[in-house]
Amino acid sequence: MTEHGRNHIAYGLLAIGILFIAIGVFRGEAEVVLRQAVNICLECIGIG
Amino acid sequence: MGKIRQWGIRHLRGCVQFVVTALSNGYVAGFLHGNIYRGNTKAICLPGLNCYSCPGALGACPIGAFQAVIGNRNYHFAFYVAGFLIFVGALMGRLVCGWLCPFGWIQELLYKIPFVKKLRKLPGDKWLRYLKYVILLVFVVLLPMTVLDLVGQGSPWFCKYICPSGTLMAGFPLAVLNPAIRAGMGGLFLWKVGILVVVALLSILVYRPFCRYLCPLGAVYGLFNPISLYRFRIDEARCTKCGICQKTWKLDIPVYQKPNSVECIRCGDCKKACPHGAIYTINKKSETISVPQKPCN
Repeated sequence: MTEHGRNHIAYGLLAIGILFIAIGVFRGEAEVVLRQAVNICLECIGIG
Repeated sequence: MGKIRQWGIRHLRGCVQFVVTALSNGYVAGFLHGNIYRGNTKAICLPGLNCYSCPGALGACPIGAFQAVIGNRNYHFAFYVAGFLIFVGALMGRLVCGWLCPFGWIQELLYKIPFVKKLRKLPGDKWLRYLKYVILLVFVVLLPMTVLDLVGQGSPWFCKYICPSGTLMAGFPLAVLNPAIRAGMGGLFLWKVGILVVVALLSILVYRPFCRYLCPLGAVYGLFNPISLYRFRIDEARCTKCGICQKTWKLDIPVYQKPNSVECIRCGDCKKACPHGAIYTINKKSETISVPQKPCN
């Protein structure tokens, strides 16, 4: 594959990434992440 | 002045790793009071493996965040985190591992500890490399998505049973600083400490064993290495296939054959070591290549 071809795939994936992030925010996933992250994750620290 | 500049160039990556780790874990009050940051920046993922329960963490771990969303009864796919991983991966691939990951940096520091014999790789390296993909598929995706409790919530299986970063960056500080958390620790904590000890000891012996064999985040970013905007290219006219890049590279991959291997963490040591200046960084807006640092011999 040419370097231009690889670049085109990368640009396409960047666009998909942004689209997915926007869909995720719209669906309220960012709030789920925030809710999880602002509380001590007992599983992460080994309490369960 | 020249010596300072040379020192800076030689230690640039280490400086970046230190600054990124300090900034992404910059909530000092958390370390003083045994709690964690609760601000809105926690909704934003950090690129590297950085536990969001670390007392200083200002952002979210993408692997933990992914499990939190797909384990939530209201969602079956984590578009938000997947989009973040695709975006970062397409931009820089495993450059994150080499430059921006706190746990990767900690392993590198451990590797600097002198030992009677350092290993290039673990026995069974060829097969062990696939373990991180198994962990990604089973512990990060399938188990949190399918094994649910009574109210339909999944658990973060990777964080709970494997992640040594969480034990080191969150478990230990909180256990020391917070008596209530210390009182709740039992068998699971000992299991995770065991994994951390094994990874730490192996890190003295082998370069970045967790990144090479276990890290699901590295597995994801590695898939983007061949097409990411930041990638390497070999100038066939200059390359003599001397293999110095492979000998220098602690991950033991023939860079001259696979400059964009999924295992490459983009540390750049191979570029510095090449006596012919044959390894280039692709400019993101064109096929042109950056100017070589060393002249052709």
